[in-house]
Amino acid sequence: MNVAISSPHRTLGDRVGPVMRMVVYCTAPGMTALMAFFGWGVMIQVWLAIGTCVIGEALCLSLRGRDPRHEMKDFSAFVTGLLLGLCLPPYAPWWIPLIGGLFAIVVAKQLYGGLGMNLFNPAMAGFIFLIVSFPVAMTAWTLPLGLLSDPPGLLDSITLIFAGETLSGQSLAALRIGIDGFTMATPLDHVRIDVAQGLMISELLDQPTFGAFAGVGWEWVNLAFLLGGGVLLQQKIIGWHIPISVTGGLLGMATIFYIWNPDHYSSPIFHLFSGGTMLGAFFVATDPVSASTTPRGRIYYGLGIGVLVYLIRTFGAYPDAMAFSILLMNLVAPTLDQYTVPRVYGHLPTGKKPP
Amino acid sequence: MTVKNNNWHLHGFPGGIELPERKERASDSAIETLPLPPLLVLPLRQHNGLPALPVVQEGDCVHRGQLIGRAAEGRSAALHAPADGVVSFIGYHAYPNDSGLTELCIGLCTDEIGSIDEEEMVDDIDLSEEDMRERIAMAGIVGLGGAGFPSADKLTRNPVKWLIINGAECEPYISCDDRLMRERSAAIVNGAQILGRLLRAEKILLAIEDNKPDAIAAMADACFETHIELVVIPARYPSGAQKQLVQNLLGIEVPSGQHSVDIGIVMYNTGTCYAVARAVAHSEPLISRIVTVSGDAIERPGNYEVLIGTPIEYLLQSACVNPNKLRRVILGGPIMGIAINDLAAPVTKLTNCLIGSGPGELDEELSARECIRCGDCVEVCPASLMPQQLYWTIKSEQHARAAALHLGDCIECGACAYVCPSHIPLVHYYRHGKSVLWAADQQRTGANHARARFEAREERLEFQQNARTSAQSARSSVHHYESESVADAASPDAADLTIMPLEPDAAAVAAAGMATETIAKTLKTAAVTGAHNDRMPEVLAAAQRARTKRANAAAHSAPDSAPGSAPTTGTEPDRANIAPYSDKDKT
Repeated sequence: MNVAISSPHRTLGDRVGPVMRMVVYCTAPGMTALMAFFGWGVMIQVWLAIGTCVIGEALCLSLRGRDPRHEMKDFSAFVTGLLLGLCLPPYAPWWIPLIGGLFAIVVAKQLYGGLGMNLFNPAMAGFIFLIVSFPVAMTAWTLPLGLLSDPPGLLDSITLIFAGETLSGQSLAALRIGIDGFTMATPLDHVRIDVAQGLMISELLDQPTFGAFAGVGWEWVNLAFLLGGGVLLQQKIIGWHIPISVTGGLLGMATIFYIWNPDHYSSPIFHLFSGGTMLGAFFVATDPVSASTTPRGRIYYGLGIGVLVYLIRTFGAYPDAMAFSILLMNLVAPTLDQYTVPRVYGHLPTGKKPP
Repeated sequence: MTVKNNNWHLHGFPGGIELPERKERASDSAIETLPLPPLLVLPLRQHNGLPALPVVQEGDCVHRGQLIGRAAEGRSAALHAPADGVVSFIGYHAYPNDSGLTELCIGLCTDEIGSIDEEEMVDDIDLSEEDMRERIAMAGIVGLGGAGFPSADKLTRNPVKWLIINGAECEPYISCDDRLMRERSAAIVNGAQILGRLLRAEKILLAIEDNKPDAIAAMADACFETHIELVVIPARYPSGAQKQLVQNLLGIEVPSGQHSVDIGIVMYNTGTCYAVARAVAHSEPLISRIVTVSGDAIERPGNYEVLIGTPIEYLLQSACVNPNKLRRVILGGPIMGIAINDLAAPVTKLTNCLIGSGPGELDEELSARECIRCGDCVEVCPASLMPQQLYWTIKSEQHARAAALHLGDCIECGACAYVCPSHIPLVHYYRHGKSVLWAADQQRTGANHARARFEAREERLEFQQNARTSAQSARSSVHHYESESVADAASPDAADLTIMPLEPDAAAVAAAGMATETIAKTLKTAAVTGAHNDRMPEVLAAAQRARTKRANAAAHSAPDSAPGSAPTTGTEPDRANIAPYSDKDKT
């Protein structure tokens, strides 16, 4: 009774944990689709990454003199691990999620001051760190299971990740050889390399790695993440500004180039449902900590990501660009905040007189 | 249960939150009059402005409705005895606030409820406007919605375009205005018409939230065939906040730093209208009000007609508070109210609600997390501020930046803190930031005054010295002087420029003219201090000479030197020359 408590005396309370958990649940459709097309490896990577992130967070918080049991309830490290794990190639060696998770939590998050203080999205920072440091391991995406001559089972996946070969002694390189006997990359890789070699988009689409409107499997993975993202939107866990503007920016760029030269540039639909588009737009770019915080700033932020994704995918050296685009826009977010402050009540624009 | 809107076009306001109302517990039963408490405590300041001045002494017998505190000069409100009794003390006593402060109060030991010396009941049509104003001012009516602005002071500016009667009552639990509108609608309409007449309002609007269908029905009946327009607004906190209501009804924003009256809009609460009607028609001062008592720890929640000054504890007891369940007492609503520690504090004119909260009813502990920059607060802020940016800047003590983000426009509605997922007490930070800015402002004002005084003094001294030297040179050129110019060179502070009459001597007048010119030139140069420094040796020498001369003069003929001597300094043009300088520096 004797404590002076500031108003409001009734609030919605501490909701960081529930919000983060909701994000976790909403990745379920996408994760299921990923597993359906790429096998058990997805789940193993995700759990390795989550484990590393959670343990790393607990250690860092203890070192910083915080109470891990209170702070860990925010579930943010879990989400970071989950998002990082979802981005990793399913059969990358075990030390990949370990190093990535530690970099994400220790360097990109805790060294900046923990939750709320990090300039960059930790999961994406970890991913970029990995792709820059270990490009071979990080680009070794296998084909969807249906296109593999010898799809790995659960035990195969475990031995492949931890020991480098399946039970029958096949290496990852061998696994990546498709039914037709050629090593195949992801659809985005294909588009970039083959178009550079002079193939036309229409010719590319005949290849087995392309499905109904994007890559085999990838189109369903993206649709599943879109579904989960829709639930996040509907539950008001995320605002509409960022996902809509990310997809809008990408769609706009792709449409312009597609109309200009459909033989050289792939279709807008292909871009929307390839690679990490939907995961990035709904789950990663919406990370509030590293995004812009003003409504207008968020639209610019999302548009920037969408445009950068297209530019890097089409003209850059990396096949997918979600992570790079998000990190680049993370850098811009504080500036966006500075210049997109809304007009405050009672501060009429100059020249406009109150009636 | 909601009522659809009428034909009034609403403009809406940005942000806002939907709150669980929890009004029904108290709003379902009729207003009940509280029995007379044995002691009443009447703070002399229950309003926005200066405290009233007591006109009774300890031991005086007072009767119900008697003036016991008259309004101070300036913005203030009168205070009346709510019941018959004896003044038991005049001194500091707890009053409703969350900082444990005390306020000068008049204590009243009551003996009976008494009756008011009612001037004959009159129809307000028979009263002149002056009479009505007089009655409203004498009744000590203040804005009962919470702002506490003396009502009579709002009547001074007329004509106004809009008179808005605020019956929104947007905060949870509170239903005192709801009940009042249901039960005493005629008097409210009467009061609104009186106010409209006094303000010469072009249009009177009455705004009620759509979650009060009974009040809307009652007021619609009462407003029938009057020129009061009833507007039903959607229940969305803080729809009843003055600026938001103006924006919602009229689509106009009150410019920052101004009041709504500056743009021709005056707002009164429904309770105030009722008090005005009582004051005008019955010459009844404001001595009681309706208070909602609710909360899980209250066994008999309801709306009580309570005498001003009733101790909060007495009111809680009367509403059967269960001390075992009681966790906290909140005065006002759960979103903007204050936690009361001292239950001896009285109900004031501004007390609209008391909440005796039970276990789990209100937030029990504060365990804030870090801000995750989610921006939920931005979405709900009705003032379109950036609450999270304000929070960061205040937390890092960058108060100037907070001011640049328009911290001053925060109405402390608490919507941001209500939705904050990290449970950060944002409003607390804003209050801190505002108080720091306020203190800095006070300090700056004080420093400015001091500097202005100092600079004015410096200038005056310099001017005198310049005057002296130039006068001297003038004199030496015409070979005319009999004693030194300045009356009191030893204490130049005291030397007044006005004291010296001019000698009726042509040469001296010429000298004075020349001196004036020189001075004007000196003052016109931008770098006054620079010039001052250049001429320092000269000035010092002059001062030295002045001292010797004066000593001699004093030795020879004391009466001779003072009046007849000084040839130059105190001419009117000189003073006109310096006046702008000191003024400019002050502003």
